[in-house]
Amino acid sequence: MAIDRELRVQKIKEGIVIDHLRAGTALKILEMLGITGKEGYIITVAMNVPSQKLGTKDIIKIEGRYLSPSEVSKIALIAPKVTLNVIKDYQVVRKERLILPEEIVGIIKCSNPTCITNHEPQVQSKFLVLSREPLKIKCKYCETIMNQEEVFRRLS
Amino acid sequence: MSISLSGRDLISINDVTKEEMLAIFREATSLEPYARSKSDVLKGKVMALLFFEPSTRTRLSFEAAMKRLGGDVIGFEEPSMTSIAKGESLIDTAKVIENYADIIVVRHPFEGAAKAIADAVQIPVINAGSGALSHPTQALVDLYTIWREKGRIDGLTILFFGDLKYSRAVRSLVRGLLNFNVSFIFVSPELLKLREEEREFLKSMSIPFIEKSSLTSDLAREADVVYVTRIQRERFTDPMEYERVKGSYRLSMEHLQHVKNDLIILHPLPRVNELDWEIDKTPYAKYFKQVFYGLLVRMALLKMMLT
Ligand SMILES: [Zn+2]
Repeated sequence: MAIDRELRVQKIKEGIVIDHLRAGTALKILEMLGITGKEGYIITVAMNVPSQKLGTKDIIKIEGRYLSPSEVSKIALIAPKVTLNVIKDYQVVRKERLILPEEIVGIIKCSNPTCITNHEPQVQSKFLVLSREPLKIKCKYCETIMNQEEVFRRLS
Repeated sequence: MSISLSGRDLISINDVTKEEMLAIFREATSLEPYARSKSDVLKGKVMALLFFEPSTRTRLSFEAAMKRLGGDVIGFEEPSMTSIAKGESLIDTAKVIENYADIIVVRHPFEGAAKAIADAVQIPVINAGSGALSHPTQALVDLYTIWREKGRIDGLTILFFGDLKYSRAVRSLVRGLLNFNVSFIFVSPELLKLREEEREFLKSMSIPFIEKSSLTSDLAREADVVYVTRIQRERFTDPMEYERVKGSYRLSMEHLQHVKNDLIILHPLPRVNELDWEIDKTPYAKYFKQVFYGLLVRMALLKMMLT
């Protein structure tokens, strides 16, 4: 557990720790947040770390950046069971287990090109969550069902 | 117990319970005397037709239904996608029209358009076809035709023949039939088979069904209802694919050699060449009667939603 120990040592002053990410998803999450590494944030990414709960997991630490509610929702979509730690002055001030709501509004586009939500700016996309794991959501307008991979592809 | 649809929308066939369906059917039958004369049940009511995609038959059916009940009709039928292409807001259009009418009937090439309008306006909305998926009034007409002609729906075997991939009538009718205890046979050329998600959906509901790529007279013998659809040319994104399948199936007299005496053949019309004219003369042909039943069902819906 060398990596875990090291991560604990490198405490951050202000920022976030996204923990319990499914192994192999960390880079996708960074991409989705629009973080390329050129922004100057101090970022620690640990991948395939042994985890009691998940077997293996990914962890992301970002110094000096917080998440907007819509970013949090996006993470909840592709990474259920994630824990979001908000750090202020070296202390965890909030620890939150992300839970996907039953209805997802406006975060992702419907995969059906002739769905009204892709043509009417006044109509926000709305999906019903059919299953959290594996992820399966259904458009409330055209009833198109999207699985985890499709959602993944549409988030970046 | 009386069932009311007052103030409700009709967006998907899934919105209608079995009890409501049967109430609509009874109402439709009771309105038959007015289908050839006139009543004033909906006097002073205005129906707005918003047809963003042309469909003269569906429009005329709604217009006739409203007029037979003494109501008035306003609206438009776009010959093409021009106004949509110009970027006019569908929602704005609907919010304007709602000031002039008591009910909106909408047809649109995109899936979910009717629901989007229903969410935005206060008056009831009927979906007269949105995109490739849903066409609830056609499904009610088809169900009513079966119920009226056969006296029941439970226990029947329904054979679907033709374009099962793009036909919204088929999809909506299958959904509606799930309220009853029926068996399904699906016959279509390979390229026009049921969509995978439809197949998955039926499996997930444990609904038994048979799928074949060509129709034999032995298969036709099993059916109580044969439902034929034309190829939905307008839904093909690839014109080459359309060329490959056009004319690839046709119901003819040979298929009917061993059928049940009380078989009924339905078709949502218009037909192209998938249904031999010879069949029109047989007692099985009910597709023109289906048009008349369509008028009765639309009269029933308008009356039940507006009173
Ligand atoms: Zn959609």
